[in-house]
Amino acid sequence: MAKTKVLERKPLTFSEKTYIPQIASGLAATFVNMFKKSVTLEYPEVRPVIPENYRGVPTLVKDPKGRVKCVSCQLCEFVCPPKAIRIKPSEIVDEESDRAHIEKEPAAFDINMLRCIYCGLCQEVCPEEAIFLQDSFSLSGYTREEMVFGKEKLLKLGGTLPDNHFKWDKKKSAEENTEKDH
Amino acid sequence: MGEVKEVSVGDIGSRAAEADPEFKAETMALNVGPSHPSTHGVLRLMMQLDGDLIKECEPVIGYLHRGDEKIAENMTYNQFIPYTDRLDYLAPLSNNVAYAMAVEKLANLEVPDRCQAIRVICCELARISSHLLGVGVYGMDAGSWTVFMYTFTEREKLYTLFEELTGARFTTSYTRIGGVARDIPDGWLGRVDTFCKGVLPILNQVDKMLTRNRIFMDRTVGIGVISKEKALSYGMTGPNLRAAGVDLDLRKDKPYLGYENYDFEVPIGLNGDCYDRYLMRAEEIKQSVGIIRQVIGSFPEGPYYAEDAKKIFAPPKDKILTSMEELIQNFMLVTEGPQMPKGEVYFEAENPKGSLGFYVVSKGGGVPYRMKIRGPSFCNLSILSELLPGHFLTDITVILGSLDFVMGECDR
Repeated sequence: MAKTKVLERKPLTFSEKTYIPQIASGLAATFVNMFKKSVTLEYPEVRPVIPENYRGVPTLVKDPKGRVKCVSCQLCEFVCPPKAIRIKPSEIVDEESDRAHIEKEPAAFDINMLRCIYCGLCQEVCPEEAIFLQDSFSLSGYTREEMVFGKEKLLKLGGTLPDNHFKWDKKKSAEENTEKDH
Repeated sequence: MGEVKEVSVGDIGSRAAEADPEFKAETMALNVGPSHPSTHGVLRLMMQLDGDLIKECEPVIGYLHRGDEKIAENMTYNQFIPYTDRLDYLAPLSNNVAYAMAVEKLANLEVPDRCQAIRVICCELARISSHLLGVGVYGMDAGSWTVFMYTFTEREKLYTLFEELTGARFTTSYTRIGGVARDIPDGWLGRVDTFCKGVLPILNQVDKMLTRNRIFMDRTVGIGVISKEKALSYGMTGPNLRAAGVDLDLRKDKPYLGYENYDFEVPIGLNGDCYDRYLMRAEEIKQSVGIIRQVIGSFPEGPYYAEDAKKIFAPPKDKILTSMEELIQNFMLVTEGPQMPKGEVYFEAENPKGSLGFYVVSKGGGVPYRMKIRGPSFCNLSILSELLPGHFLTDITVILGSLDFVMGECDR
């Protein structure tokens, strides 16, 4: 048997029936609120504080050495619930890159911002920390085509984020070390 | 058109009509909705009116049908979580929790204490947010705009808290099968506590403005009375059922998430009218605040996800980046989905609007074979065709407001 609480109600008193206490308390509430600080924000002049880990627009990021982190494993494309991401993988053709002929990078990376629901699953599954939902939240465009963001635009939006792991440098130095040992 | 049902009420019009058939006016068909501010979404009501009196009412639903149940069959268990946000979109966090718990019941998985505590806070904050909107909009439906302003200011603070916790204000997608998406941020519990302190004076203010307000009482007392038997026979749940006097609360009756450890009361109404449903929501906010304070008081340490469920919950991110085994595990989880045993399971949770149930049929693997969602708003709305006849046209807004339904959940 659940512990219950019965909602009682009392009949209105005479003074309450005259509406007068209600009018008085209503006026009092208005008067008090006149001197309170406003709770609204003059958007867009004043911007709201965006907390850390906010799920805004998904972007592609570069590591501090200016390399594209995405290796086009297509895991985000797979997990995306509304199927907003399209990736075309290709080899790294730039000969000067230290990852040329080893790893892949996306030839095309499109996110349809009209389909995206900002759920953050892509960021969560990414094994390279290459896709991040950052703090911008208001997008606009004149056409539907304009709202399909390509690789360049996503990289520009994303910028550079600090990297704690430098996965590829570690892998490379480990490889070099084993070569030395042999 | 079918035969018009005669409803005897003590109003002048129908008394006159009974006395002399000559006076009997023709009934008028009136359509309200699907886009009408008082229908809180896309509900359509087809009515037969005798003057101002509703003779017949047929609710038409399905305008927000998206086929969520079918969508669930085509994706892994974790991918469906964003879709649960969009069921009862006024309390997405509690939908997330209910869904995750249903799938965990299928996997026979226990989440750690800390995860349970986080989920309880989420559920109760979602309840407060939903009821704040329920009370505020209800006040607005009855003609009191001020109450809406007060409750929405509080709700805004709550949404800031959700934003910090989950990364989004509205579509939270916070739970995962076997845990939650991320741990609580630093100092978040303190801010929740501050919010709880702040919401009670606002409730008192609302109480002052509405509860003993004669205008509000005239419009709600004795209107839309639902008896105990009728509420049960229509399968109503949640505050609407409890306002009718049935003390059914799944948090007490079938405790989950450790609700049995917290001390709270289940408010029940005596009359089951619109006024009782308002009192019910206001009281439930107070009870939820009490529960949250108890959780914060004894907040457990430990992991926020089930660590022993390797085939269900993703490994930690820094492991994925550095270790091959975890990387493969991550790939398997995303592409195959969390591995579930064969079986069928039904789980109901006490959501702000009533009991939200998920019936999951699994044939093994990471994708459900069939998913059935029991939306409380759907059952709560089914009583409309019996509840509305006999009331005046102006009572529709008040009755609909008092039922506090969400069409996203009703139509799914």
